[in-house]
Amino acid sequence: MDTQKAIRFGALRVAEYRFYSMSKWMTAVIAFGLGNPILYLVSVGLGIGALVDANTGGGGVLGVPYLQFVAPALLATAAIQGVMDEVTFPTMDGFVWDKLFFAINATSVSSRQIADGVMITALGRGLFTTLMYLGVLLGFGAIPLSSALPLLFSSMLAAWGWSAVMLAVTARLENDEGYFAIIGRFVVAPMFLFSGTFYPLEQMPIFLQPLGWISPLWHATQLGRFLAYGMPIETWLVVVHFAYLALMGVIGMRFVYPKFAERLSR
Amino acid sequence: MDNREVVIRARGLKKTYKDFAAVDGVDFDVYRGEAFGLLGPNGAGKSTTMKMISSVSQRTDGELTILGKEPNTQGPEIRAHLGVVPQKDLLDRELKVWENLFTYGRYFGLSRKWLKTKVDELLEFAQLTEKRNSKADDLSGGMQRRLAIARGLVNEPEILLLDEPTTGLDPQARHILWDRLFRLKEQGVTLVITTHYMDEAEQLCDRLIVMDKGKIMAEGSPASLIKEYSSKEVVEVRFGTDKNESAAKQLEGLGDRIEVLPDRILLYTEKGEELLAKIVDSGLNPITSLVRRSSLEDVFLRLTGRTLVD
Repeated sequence: MDTQKAIRFGALRVAEYRFYSMSKWMTAVIAFGLGNPILYLVSVGLGIGALVDANTGGGGVLGVPYLQFVAPALLATAAIQGVMDEVTFPTMDGFVWDKLFFAINATSVSSRQIADGVMITALGRGLFTTLMYLGVLLGFGAIPLSSALPLLFSSMLAAWGWSAVMLAVTARLENDEGYFAIIGRFVVAPMFLFSGTFYPLEQMPIFLQPLGWISPLWHATQLGRFLAYGMPIETWLVVVHFAYLALMGVIGMRFVYPKFAERLSR
Repeated sequence: MDNREVVIRARGLKKTYKDFAAVDGVDFDVYRGEAFGLLGPNGAGKSTTMKMISSVSQRTDGELTILGKEPNTQGPEIRAHLGVVPQKDLLDRELKVWENLFTYGRYFGLSRKWLKTKVDELLEFAQLTEKRNSKADDLSGGMQRRLAIARGLVNEPEILLLDEPTTGLDPQARHILWDRLFRLKEQGVTLVITTHYMDEAEQLCDRLIVMDKGKIMAEGSPASLIKEYSSKEVVEVRFGTDKNESAAKQLEGLGDRIEVLPDRILLYTEKGEELLAKIVDSGLNPITSLVRRSSLEDVFLRLTGRTLVD
């Protein structure tokens, strides 16, 4: 047994195992990944989009067709949903249900590497989902090719920030007790509705706008709109959007590591 | 024994949770190649000690070295050379039997090529070759435990830690498991076993510590402990729940020592059959009687005044 080899790249080995487990239900991952964008494209793009574009004389919203306007939010939502699926239930499984993290921690893999492995898997899943979404958007001609990379960047930045915070929260849970349903209904769903997803946040009454300001989805959406088609935003605000998402990730992980270490040493 | 290499060394080892001392200053050495046991009832501190040896739980005080390394700072380095079989198997129930071994081996950085051969070898050792493509969830309790042991061996560990390896298994499954562990012993693998089964400790352990309430009550080989703390034989007699106390008074002085338990009386002696004859001759007619050799259960009873399953 080569000790140095054993203790290196533990996070990648955890990710390798989790991707392998995920491959067992790849059909479902692909179905969800492709199903959502196609449904949204049909309902939002062909339905609401046609209505909006017709009423703006073909001008769309902020100078771009409606579907292109909502694309950054749809993509960031897909990325957030993708990582959410990986940092919540599998983490509960690792600590509480099947306690598989304890089995992993009995090897040369450290608690920090397990946490990093979970994040790598989550971001991998988020990237996969986002890429599929992007493929569908490009395939339908909903966005220009030049927007693809900028939107991938803003979406994955949102995925990073959101997954770190959600992992920090999930790592503290001793049991589910309906927590994930509450998060889904009272955090993720409102976030989707109040983040300037379907119309500029400024259209909302001022007392509702703070809901968007604290939402990572709004920051990712604004950043995506700026990067993808140059929506006019002041420079300092671009920095805020970027820093908000990046800091969510950094601060989230600051809480993740000690909690993983504490729980795995019980 | 003392000139052999010490692979685990504990001095004043302590683990406290708030005000409760789960392990309260224990000293022991484990030598390479031996089967070392931690015997005691539930809550004695065995599993907590095991977690510290596994280098996942940090000690509160005292010294501990595993393979010459410091577990508080070198946990992953130490764990690279340990095999751990936890009390709950912690298998991935969704994966197949061979996949459980293969994926676990990957955590140690072992190559896929090497693992392919190793997995086959371990499946054969665990008598699970025919079950290689079954889901772990579909195995019986005994098979799952054998799979957990095979998994603990995937990195060819220097020390194999087994926490209550046969708890919850039926007698046949226990004997199969013991046979596998014997083979490991023969191969020179150092075994550290926690158990609250005295027969298991007697069967498997070269040397053991008897723990109770976080402390070590005695240390030695099963035979030496029995010799030191008990007599050669034990006569067990039952007179009925209400009559044991009064019968015990009449039995006083007959054996070397007497223990009155709620359901039976134990008389310790060098010659069991002779003592039983004396009991019958004295006019006492026990409902049931049994002459047996002393066991670690008797050692524990002597040391703590309680049975292991209290």
